[in-house]
Amino acid sequence: MMDWSPVFISMKTASLSIFITFFVGLIVAWGLIKIKNDSIKIVLDGIFTLPIVLPPTVVGFFLLYIFGVRGPIGSFFLDFFSTKIAFSWSATVIAAVVMSFPLMYRSARGAFEQVDSNLLDAGRTLGMSEWKIFWKILFANALPGIISGGILAFARGLGEFGATAMLAGNIAGQTRTLPMAVYSEVAAGNMGSAFDYVIVIVIISFIAIFIMDFITIRKERQWR
Amino acid sequence: MSKLLKVDIQKKLKEFDLDVNFELRKGCLGILGPSGCGKSMTLKSIAGIVDPDEGIVSFNNGDETIYFDSSKKTNLKPQKRNVGYLFQNYALFPNMTVEENVAVGLSKDDDMTIVSEMIKRFHLNGLEKRYPRQLSGGQQQRVALARILAYSPDVILFDEPFSAMDTYLKEQLRIELVNLLNDFDGLSILVTHDRDEAFQFCDALLVLDEGKIIAKGSTHELFENPKKVQVARLTGCKNISKIEIVDEYHVKALDWGITLEVSEKISSNITHIGIRAHDFTPAQSDEVNSFDTINATKLEMPFEWEITLANGIWWKFEKPIRAHDFEIPQFLKVDPKNIILLED
Repeated sequence: MMDWSPVFISMKTASLSIFITFFVGLIVAWGLIKIKNDSIKIVLDGIFTLPIVLPPTVVGFFLLYIFGVRGPIGSFFLDFFSTKIAFSWSATVIAAVVMSFPLMYRSARGAFEQVDSNLLDAGRTLGMSEWKIFWKILFANALPGIISGGILAFARGLGEFGATAMLAGNIAGQTRTLPMAVYSEVAAGNMGSAFDYVIVIVIISFIAIFIMDFITIRKERQWR
Repeated sequence: MSKLLKVDIQKKLKEFDLDVNFELRKGCLGILGPSGCGKSMTLKSIAGIVDPDEGIVSFNNGDETIYFDSSKKTNLKPQKRNVGYLFQNYALFPNMTVEENVAVGLSKDDDMTIVSEMIKRFHLNGLEKRYPRQLSGGQQQRVALARILAYSPDVILFDEPFSAMDTYLKEQLRIELVNLLNDFDGLSILVTHDRDEAFQFCDALLVLDEGKIIAKGSTHELFENPKKVQVARLTGCKNISKIEIVDEYHVKALDWGITLEVSEKISSNITHIGIRAHDFTPAQSDEVNSFDTINATKLEMPFEWEITLANGIWWKFEKPIRAHDFEIPQFLKVDPKNIILLED
């Protein structure tokens, strides 16, 4: 009988992390394109992009350094909330968010930059508030690009392995996500159950991409 | 009620410094200039899309509203200026229907019947649920105008509205825009590099070059007497030559190698003359201001012949559509009255 807990843990982690990544990525991308100073822009862009350039274990190392019981944030949570972040379920979310963030942020930024800036200025001269301009013009017209960024980020979060292993470990029933489970089963020589997990992960990924693509294509059809 | 738009702005740009200063009290002002002369930057500064470095922009229709004043650090957001802006590509929102586009500038408290009024006024009935990409260029322009007017602006700015259109569509839309401007009782500014548009729409003109105003005045006056080489060129004078003054009423056109008589006394600051391509007529060899046409080439257009003389002079001669034969006369002349004296 297959242990379903990695499936549930992965679903929970991937859903919460894409939720966080999606909105934070959007807002950071929006903030960044508004910055006029080029050198500040380049430095910030470098920092936000770093996680996909570095080896995941290196990112995991940094995360462990920050969120570990002796790290600045880790010790703060331990002192004030008596909770350990590292090697808990929340660590899987943090690892997934950090690793998937650059994909979301870069796609959103690229999609925003593709939107004709005259549209935003037209909105302003027509009295639309900046918030309305963001959602109704910038976001709405960048949607296809944003969605594809979302797909990539979701897939990255679902498949996250290296940083998760470093920060969250591989505790069965707690931090063992699907990729972890695949690894553990193979390591234990159980190719059969590893295969089951692989099937599940392929199906989930495919469904996610299908749903998002479907939304994008339908939306685009409407305008053209 | 009297209205007044005051603009006096300076801004450092990469290639040159923009320094523009004018007042507009009624009708449509044209800003004519070559591309990249700072025309659009001027409009954007009025709308608040771009901030000038220094200066004042204000609007008055009984009460004065300061849009921008660098000395008082006032800088009203574009949202608060009530200035309509017609973008070159119309900037319709591709994700919204015609109806949504027109209504976008209205707030919840506004009377929504204005949307259907505008749809009717701009002949957009039946297109309410269409998206901009499903409309023709003319319909798109009408949606953009409807959207601006629904917002009832005090000032409308037109940024090269016809530059990206084919001739046929352009001519149609010009008529529509002329009608609209006749109905609109606010102020408007039209930016263009096309002399025909400037002439058709605007009672008064500013000529801008490298960020500076090089001429301003009534449109007819500027076209008849451009005074400066740049202005003559922008108002469509085809033949411009550097000159050497021979005596008070004679000049030698250096680029054409001919000596011409002029009707006005020449002052020493005149450096060039201009002659419009339509102002030549066939002549005898012994007439005033006549010259030969040896080695001239001709080019047939639907309604005129374009003749280029060996010395570079252009002559345009009107013809009926069915006439296809034309013998270039041996001599041409120009009336001294039609020679425009220009300063550099």
